[in-house]
Amino acid sequence: MSVSLEDVRHVAELANLELTADEEGRMLRDLNAILEHVAQMNELDTSSVEPMAQVSQVIGEGQTETVLRSDETRPSLDRARVMATAPDTDGTFFKVPKVIER
Amino acid sequence: MTVETAVSRPLSIAEVRRSIESGSSKASELAAAAYEQIHARDPQIHAYLSLNPERALEQARRIDDLAAKGGPLPPLAGVPVGIKDVLTIEGLPATAGSKILEGYTAPYTATSVRKLEEAGAIILGKINCDEFAMGSSNENSAYGPVHNPHALDRVPGGSSGGSAAAVAAGMAVATLGTDTGGSIRQPASFCGVVGVLPTYGRVSRYGLIAFASSLDRVGPFASNVRDAAITLGVIAGHDPMDATSSPRPVPDYTADLDKGVAGLKLGVPAEYFAEGLDAEVRAAVEKTIEQLRASGAEIKPISLPHTRYAIPTYYVIATAEASANLARFDGVRYGFRAKDANTLSAMYRRSRDLGFGPEVKRRIMLGTYALSAGYYDAYYKKAQQVRRLLTDDFLKAFAEVDAILTPTAPTPAFKLGEKTDDPVSMYLADIYTVTASLAGICGVSVPCGKSGEGLPIGLQILGKHFHEAMTLRVAQAVESLQGEQ
Repeated sequence: MSVSLEDVRHVAELANLELTADEEGRMLRDLNAILEHVAQMNELDTSSVEPMAQVSQVIGEGQTETVLRSDETRPSLDRARVMATAPDTDGTFFKVPKVIER
Repeated sequence: MTVETAVSRPLSIAEVRRSIESGSSKASELAAAAYEQIHARDPQIHAYLSLNPERALEQARRIDDLAAKGGPLPPLAGVPVGIKDVLTIEGLPATAGSKILEGYTAPYTATSVRKLEEAGAIILGKINCDEFAMGSSNENSAYGPVHNPHALDRVPGGSSGGSAAAVAAGMAVATLGTDTGGSIRQPASFCGVVGVLPTYGRVSRYGLIAFASSLDRVGPFASNVRDAAITLGVIAGHDPMDATSSPRPVPDYTADLDKGVAGLKLGVPAEYFAEGLDAEVRAAVEKTIEQLRASGAEIKPISLPHTRYAIPTYYVIATAEASANLARFDGVRYGFRAKDANTLSAMYRRSRDLGFGPEVKRRIMLGTYALSAGYYDAYYKKAQQVRRLLTDDFLKAFAEVDAILTPTAPTPAFKLGEKTDDPVSMYLADIYTVTASLAGICGVSVPCGKSGEGLPIGLQILGKHFHEAMTLRVAQAVESLQGEQ
């Protein structure tokens, strides 16, 4: 499986990245080089292997007792402090450019 | 040709404590001295991204007041530390080494940092790293690379290169780093310091800017094993703010340090001594293994047969998780926003394109590709299956041995610019470290010798889940052997 320029553009769209023409060329080269290396995994027959998503599955952590906290309202971060770091805000909401369908 | 160096051993935690307790130094004087060292050395090394002297001196004065009243002093009273800039501290910058977070000020403090502060540590500043902790050389920092104190024309390793270099240059007694595929152990090896990878879940990640959530860990660097063990003991433990943190009690990691290796079974996996291992690294590691045998350890050859699939597996899982985690950087709530975008979608795209560096984009693209329709089973599911095989290799090995010994990295520190044009060769710098990351087990990198050019070489000691005390005990034995040479 090798990646085409069209694939690079499609994936950039999915990832919300706007790549320049230079970046697209380099990305094409790098992704193919990395995927060629990644293809080594196919030497292994894993048809009967259960996928491992989390370490806790292996060590039994968090399976004897619930890790969920009780469903109670708790104070969250102060709005003024959070808004102080936003690029654009009216103090209550984050402001963004108008939304137009692509 | 002589290479410029800037190595300097910091005080130990015990030395800091003794000088404060005896009244020979005040915490505020030690903090001021740490800043003097930073001002003298860091122009050449570039380990720190931001300093907070007023805050630090206020913390130090509180320790001085406590000492003046006759204590009792908390375990890290007056110990000057630095924090990798992927961990947040309320009111201070948190850049993650990225332009996309330039100017951002964190509204809350990471649990690991809060625990250090509660233990009396003095936070000197925030430390340089690869952008979003993605890299093996620190050359991916948007704020410029860190230089290795042992040879200024060489990389310190990555991604926590600044945290390792700061300790090696005496610019902190201990530092915090993070390790997703080797980012604590590999720079510890390159900079000749001790770096600890705690078991997955041992240290809270609350306040860590996430890279790959099933792999990310927070851990300490120090100039010696005992200080690393003390610091680990302070930051470890359950945190209600991190559902992946373990409720298991935290042992005293210093209790067994001096028990030696006599009677221990130490495994040596053949796969870590194959093609690609530098001859000097091999010689230093094999010599250390022989010394451990002479100290009474039983050295057992073992096999971890799926090792060669670890890098491919890691780069699929880590990038897939990163592509999801980094979706939050979109110019809306924090950080950089491109100015010239008229629509929301153009604002997202342009902010991300201008805000992220090349390696971060490469990983977001790879991860997005691996998770995209039609490729999920071939890449992501496949990698999760191989991850289990790699983990099973370790579980089988640990049924027979107490710890596993390997080189930390295949080579000593390489030169700045040497691998920047070839992502695959850069990724292979992590070939001996990604395995433990995928399996969730713990490990330590401890210095075990030097190359002919004087570059440090690290030995990696891997242990079973939650057996940090065992890996630190073996590391202490290795450190003691170095003293005898």
